[in-house]
Amino acid sequence: MSAQTLIPPEPARRAFLKSAGTVTAVALTIGFDWASSTREALAAAPAAGVPFVPNAFLRIGADNTVTVIAKHVEMGQGAYTGIATVVAEELDADWAQVRVESAPADATRYANLAFGKLQGTGGSSAMANSWTQLREAGGKARAVLVAAASKEWHVPASEVTVDRSVVFHAGSKRQATFGSLVRTAQGLPVPDTVQLKDPKDFKLIGRQAPRVDVAAKCDGTAQFTLDVEMPGMLVALLKRPPRFGGTVKSFDAASASAIPGVVKVVQVPAGVAVVAKGFWAAKQGREALKVEWDESNAEKRSSATLMDEYRRLAEQPALPARKEGDAAAAIRNAAHKVSASFEFPYLAHAPMEPLDAVVKLSADGCEIWAGDQFQTVDQGNAAHAAGLDPKRVSIHTLYAGGSFGRRANPGSDYIVEAVSIAKAFGADGTPIKLQWTREDDIHGGLYRPMYFHKLEAALSADGKLTGWRHVIVGQSIMAGSFFSAMIKDGVDPTSVEGAANIAYAIPNVSVELSTTKTGVPVLWWRVVGSSHTTFAVETFVDEVAHAAGEDGFAFRRKLLDHHPRMKAVLELAAEKAGWTDAPLPAGKGRGIAVAEAFKTYVAQVAEVTVGEDGHVKVDRVVCAVDCGTPINPDNIAAQMEGGIGFGLGAALYGAITLKDGRIEQDNFNNYRVLRMNEMPRVEVHIMPSSEPPTGVGEPGVAPVGPAVANAIFAATGRRMHVFPFSKNGAV
Amino acid sequence: MSTSFVLNGKPATLDADPTMPLLWAVREVAGLHGTKFGCGMALCGACTVHLDGQPIRSCVMPLSAVAGREVTTIEGLSSKQAKAVQAAWIEHQVPQCGYCQSGQVMSATALLEKNSSPTDADIDSAMSGNICRCATYSRIRTAIHTAAQSVKA
Repeated sequence: MSAQTLIPPEPARRAFLKSAGTVTAVALTIGFDWASSTREALAAAPAAGVPFVPNAFLRIGADNTVTVIAKHVEMGQGAYTGIATVVAEELDADWAQVRVESAPADATRYANLAFGKLQGTGGSSAMANSWTQLREAGGKARAVLVAAASKEWHVPASEVTVDRSVVFHAGSKRQATFGSLVRTAQGLPVPDTVQLKDPKDFKLIGRQAPRVDVAAKCDGTAQFTLDVEMPGMLVALLKRPPRFGGTVKSFDAASASAIPGVVKVVQVPAGVAVVAKGFWAAKQGREALKVEWDESNAEKRSSATLMDEYRRLAEQPALPARKEGDAAAAIRNAAHKVSASFEFPYLAHAPMEPLDAVVKLSADGCEIWAGDQFQTVDQGNAAHAAGLDPKRVSIHTLYAGGSFGRRANPGSDYIVEAVSIAKAFGADGTPIKLQWTREDDIHGGLYRPMYFHKLEAALSADGKLTGWRHVIVGQSIMAGSFFSAMIKDGVDPTSVEGAANIAYAIPNVSVELSTTKTGVPVLWWRVVGSSHTTFAVETFVDEVAHAAGEDGFAFRRKLLDHHPRMKAVLELAAEKAGWTDAPLPAGKGRGIAVAEAFKTYVAQVAEVTVGEDGHVKVDRVVCAVDCGTPINPDNIAAQMEGGIGFGLGAALYGAITLKDGRIEQDNFNNYRVLRMNEMPRVEVHIMPSSEPPTGVGEPGVAPVGPAVANAIFAATGRRMHVFPFSKNGAV
Repeated sequence: MSTSFVLNGKPATLDADPTMPLLWAVREVAGLHGTKFGCGMALCGACTVHLDGQPIRSCVMPLSAVAGREVTTIEGLSSKQAKAVQAAWIEHQVPQCGYCQSGQVMSATALLEKNSSPTDADIDSAMSGNICRCATYSRIRTAIHTAAQSVKA
């Protein structure tokens, strides 16, 4: 049984991952069957020490501790702090007494409302989907505490106020801590509705609340999956086929088994695992293990071969992703035509914590510890691998040492590997930690897909942009997974987002998609489609502006009159960067780019210095962002800074390439990422807004590549058409 | 086989394969989990510890090589520079995912212990071996300058 049969798609109410177009979301609801003892404990009469639990998101202890239950993983994006801030705001809790705990895997209570009925984190949706839900959770709990005080003091609830976890009645000069009201609160009903605060009364939202996870991340005490240890736990490393699509033909475990500390060698669907008493023994065992692979169905092509094919496909008919007017005719009849093509490689996510998961599997249950990003999907896939009902699978979500999309994958690769190893080991309750190495991560697939883009534009004699044709060639992320229900008329929305919804006012637009198939598994990578589409659109629009003899900022601005939020961030970035100031000296250049991703608007201006040897140093990036109501401005700034560094590393150096089907990169030596000496000075300006909040984890990535490319052009007259820029001799 | 050395100021004898990298000996034998595994090839700095006061990559240092020497992990940091670094890390809200930060703190502490007023170029040179995929680099730089000021104050 595949995940597809396990998880039937159904038309959905809300868009998943992306705003544009009609989409469907996956509907599946898997709860967790609480142990009966837990149920009994929860059902027991209120007693001393039992917390007040008004809903699934909140627990208030007699010791005044406010525990917020986070349904989203904390992988660096600040979700724990954002979630706690929203709950604490409406609760009027004392921030110093707020703690965050991760929710169990239980989609009946903890679904991501942007994903339908699925619990998971992605698409920069953590705050957007839970904004109202969490405000109500906090507000209703506050209402019960007020009612408790009103009952104890025999005063009208309307006269009771709350400030920093203390409830007051001014008239009788009485006050009580949350903790002291817990017992009374337990006996009171939770209201169905609650009046939420007027934003002008916010005390935490919009302020610089310190992150709840920072202190433990400065002294080494934060718990990641790597740090899980339990009695009798073993460590497994998995030997996978050297080419995608390979399978085990045979293996010889003798040398591996001879390594001291190796306990067992087991075959699983993904390869052969060495299970040992620790990492070092497992690694030595894996090196000694001899596996013969059947590569008859393996992908054996090279990146260059694939790109040649993509280039040819760009000249063939493709499927429409957006069509307005007649772009082909406009281009045919244009006074001036502009054209360019762009090449993008596969990219690995390479989170700092290599993938890992701890599984404890027995005949009647499976317990998983992981920096889990896709709880409901992982629960279903783990259950399938284990041969259990999904309700018998529990997940402890720990801090994830980065993800950038990697830990949310429809096949739950690393989770399924860990479960299948535990099953092959004997499903005897032995805790087993599957640990990937960095090489496993770089070789392991689920990359941002390779793409080829071809763009053509029409300019009228007076320099007006009259036609735009954009052809995208590449693999679908959603095809073949249960997300394929979101593919409409052959167009995977994640292949064209950022291109099909191009914001500029152009009378004739055609955006087309040619979807390819390869044996290389692909996945969303931070900012998903906009990781390539924004580059193509924003670099090409710069070329068109140049061809029209116009300044890149002014040209864009004129085309955004109907799009006030996007125009406003563009103007803010330009103003703060001093776009109209005196030109930079020779060898330096400024570039601008703007994007909308996950309903957040970001514009960036990059300043670069290009040496005589072509070496590019990005000196400064000025970023303007409109993400609706800013919940935590410092975290918004941090996410923009991080997104800029992440996107810049990819733009300068990032490439996963295949040679005869084998991945040519192995580790950070040849899969280069941004380092300290390459980080530009970043200035972030947040647009004031009272719109509902949108995400910040991903959008900052989108504009940095094109802003830098446009700055390189300004400095040198050279365009960056091939990713990464190092391939253009620019680094 | 056992190897004896000083771990976080106290004598330690670890019974483990002498070729085992110090990283795994510290994590799995000594049970200190603050030091992280990122690359296994001294390319990312997540496993940085101090050996006789110098920052080293414990993922490629065999346990046998530390016999008789002094190893300090994030759990054993005690110098005023270390405390200043950790306080500045909190002040500037440096960590995001946090996984690399033990290594960043170890490298930054080692830098300040030998250079009380590092320039941006000194920071680049001391810190470029520590990768942060969340790209918290600007805040790390600011926090190092803050820590340097507070040590001098």
